[in-house]
Amino acid sequence: MVQAFAFYLFAALVLASGAMTILARNPVHSVLWLILAFFNAAGLMVIVGAEFIAMLLVIVYVGAVAVLFLFVVMMLDIDFAELRAGFVRNFPLGIAIAVVLLAELVLGIGAYRAGAIDLGTTDGISAPLAGRSNIESIGALLYSKYLFLFETAGIILLVAMIGAIVLTHREQRTGRGQQNISRQVARNPKEATVLTRPEIGEGVQL
Amino acid sequence: MIGIEHYVVVSSILFVLGVLGIFLNRKNIIVILMAIELILLAVNLNLVAFSAFLGDLTGQIFAMFVLTVAAGEAAIGLAILVIYFRGRGTIAVDDANRMKG
Repeated sequence: MVQAFAFYLFAALVLASGAMTILARNPVHSVLWLILAFFNAAGLMVIVGAEFIAMLLVIVYVGAVAVLFLFVVMMLDIDFAELRAGFVRNFPLGIAIAVVLLAELVLGIGAYRAGAIDLGTTDGISAPLAGRSNIESIGALLYSKYLFLFETAGIILLVAMIGAIVLTHREQRTGRGQQNISRQVARNPKEATVLTRPEIGEGVQL
Repeated sequence: MIGIEHYVVVSSILFVLGVLGIFLNRKNIIVILMAIELILLAVNLNLVAFSAFLGDLTGQIFAMFVLTVAAGEAAIGLAILVIYFRGRGTIAVDDANRMKG
């Protein structure tokens, strides 16, 4: 009972905030609605018993991706009213395509309920470990059967990081009083300082 | 009781909302990227739901990989957006046909 109530609450909230994400006038509001959608989707995953993915969703999406979006939206000085110009014009086509797509998906679900489609069967290796938590089972599977895939995921992240840095890195502008490190290192005290003993009232020749 | 169908319906609607977002905000590439994130979220929800109801963890592992790719895609997409804005002063993707050649 509590589970069903929580499911309907999270499901309604995730759909409402998903709709607000694409309909909001201000992209900053869009990002904030997106964050709400992620939180509620994480709630849906917790209900079904996948705590690890739910927490990962909160950490990765809310903590990194959504903050990146917020950062970019606020950093760029964009006239968003101009970008919404085609909103009404594209509305009928978008709704039509969305309805067709949804109808197809619902047909698929109807076929499943009518018994035309079976769920797959498990291979036994990937089943959750009895008496262990979700994260323990995932760790045992991830570091054995999916080890190479896991390392490939790390390489993908590395490539993404290098790519983002290479794309946005700006060369330092020249002619702005730069430090010449080799010259700085090559100096020694004998060239740099002189000891003089001037007469009183004559001063020092520079 | 909550079954697999409930989850599939929710993630179908979320997926369609993401596709609709791409069509509605065709000029605003930031919202398009957010709509893609919504689509990937729907896919993840589906993977996790099927994984849980089937009693097989493969779906959750793959949800993790989808998450990885989504994070990389967002980073690269926003980096491209930033350099595009730096060169053009706008992010209207209707003008992006200047990129050819």
